[in-house]
Amino acid sequence: MSDNNKTKEREPMFSAKVLRLLKNPFNLENPITVQVLGICSALAVTVQMKPAIVMALSVTIVTAFSNLIISSLRDTIPSRIRIIVQLVVVAALVIIVDQLLKAYVYDVSKKLSVFVGLIITNCILMGRLEAYAMANKPWPSFVDGIGNGLGYGMILVIVAFFRELLGSGKIYGMRVIPQSFYDSGYMDNGMMILPPMALITIGVIIWVQRSKTPELQEK
Amino acid sequence: MENLFNLFVRSIFIDNMIFAYFLGMCSYLAVSKTVKTSVGLGIAVTFVLLVTAPVNWLVDTYLLKPGALAWLSADLADLDLSYLSFMIFIAVIAAIVQLVEMVVEKFSPTLYNALGIFLPLIAVNCAILGVALFVQEREYTSIAEVTVYAGGSGIGWFLAIASLAAIREKITYSHIPKPLRGLGISFIITGLMAIAFMSFMGIKI
Repeated sequence: MSDNNKTKEREPMFSAKVLRLLKNPFNLENPITVQVLGICSALAVTVQMKPAIVMALSVTIVTAFSNLIISSLRDTIPSRIRIIVQLVVVAALVIIVDQLLKAYVYDVSKKLSVFVGLIITNCILMGRLEAYAMANKPWPSFVDGIGNGLGYGMILVIVAFFRELLGSGKIYGMRVIPQSFYDSGYMDNGMMILPPMALITIGVIIWVQRSKTPELQEK
Repeated sequence: MENLFNLFVRSIFIDNMIFAYFLGMCSYLAVSKTVKTSVGLGIAVTFVLLVTAPVNWLVDTYLLKPGALAWLSADLADLDLSYLSFMIFIAVIAAIVQLVEMVVEKFSPTLYNALGIFLPLIAVNCAILGVALFVQEREYTSIAEVTVYAGGSGIGWFLAIASLAAIREKITYSHIPKPLRGLGISFIITGLMAIAFMSFMGIKI
């Protein structure tokens, strides 16, 4: 990559800087595997693909809009009470998402149970609000929120994919391992459905990622 | 009484906040480098849980639940404010954490020095809000149950973080593949500990 290629696009809305905000969370600044934010919910909702995708979308929406709102208000919020203000904005957005989920996808909402409410204390939100939205303009903050939400979602979906495939032989609720396998003695790994394997799966994802990008390794 | 004891043991070992629900993982991984600090955080979490969970339960029962306002006047009996619960819960938690911090600072400077830096962190610890929401979802009926459940969850969290910190202190001397060092191995250790804790499953007293 030479610097000459990095010409500014005509659309200032999607300048190289903004695009980087969207791209970095997928690898170098991934919220889960690098920033270690928002792990609580990442593990609990990944038994199947469907709740994982719904959760990923909810978090992306809440992160993007709370970043947008806080960033537009950033000059008027007194810094002493900023945490309360941030929590109130986030809580209001989470209530909206929760009510929408209950109205349109009730079964998934039941499966996610308290974890929708726990988006409020998801560290990704507070982390991004504090680290980015409080110091940047609304549009980049919005994109930053979407990028981080999607980077988080990507890990969620990867973990859910392996847990559902190995744990119950399905992908997104559809059977992919043919019956003949089971007839010849193949068995689903019940361990994958249980909580501990979520932790170990993420550990392995981190392992793979850090072998590929050595600059992330810790001493 | 037997019921309460059963709930207590369950909430420590079987429904452990970390190993069964992964709540409070962020600070669990971030603050578990040394035993001393992790013990401080563990005590602070237990303490805050013991205060916030009963208060949130009272708020839920007497203000938010469908029909909860009936004690105020008959006209309000069919009001349902439960959609506000997230916002109220988190506000109560943030306020109590602030209050606890001020009270501790005033009356026990030694305790404040031990817990002080952790208290603000706790407001956004998912375990605290998680317990409030679990209490609401499982519809516990008495304040004794709620307190016991909160205490048990806190102690379970404390046990988990203290033991992870002890293990992490030990593994600084072992040869771990480079990409796995730090975060990766902590996840895998937690996974193995969770498997060990699963052996408590099915215990009934």
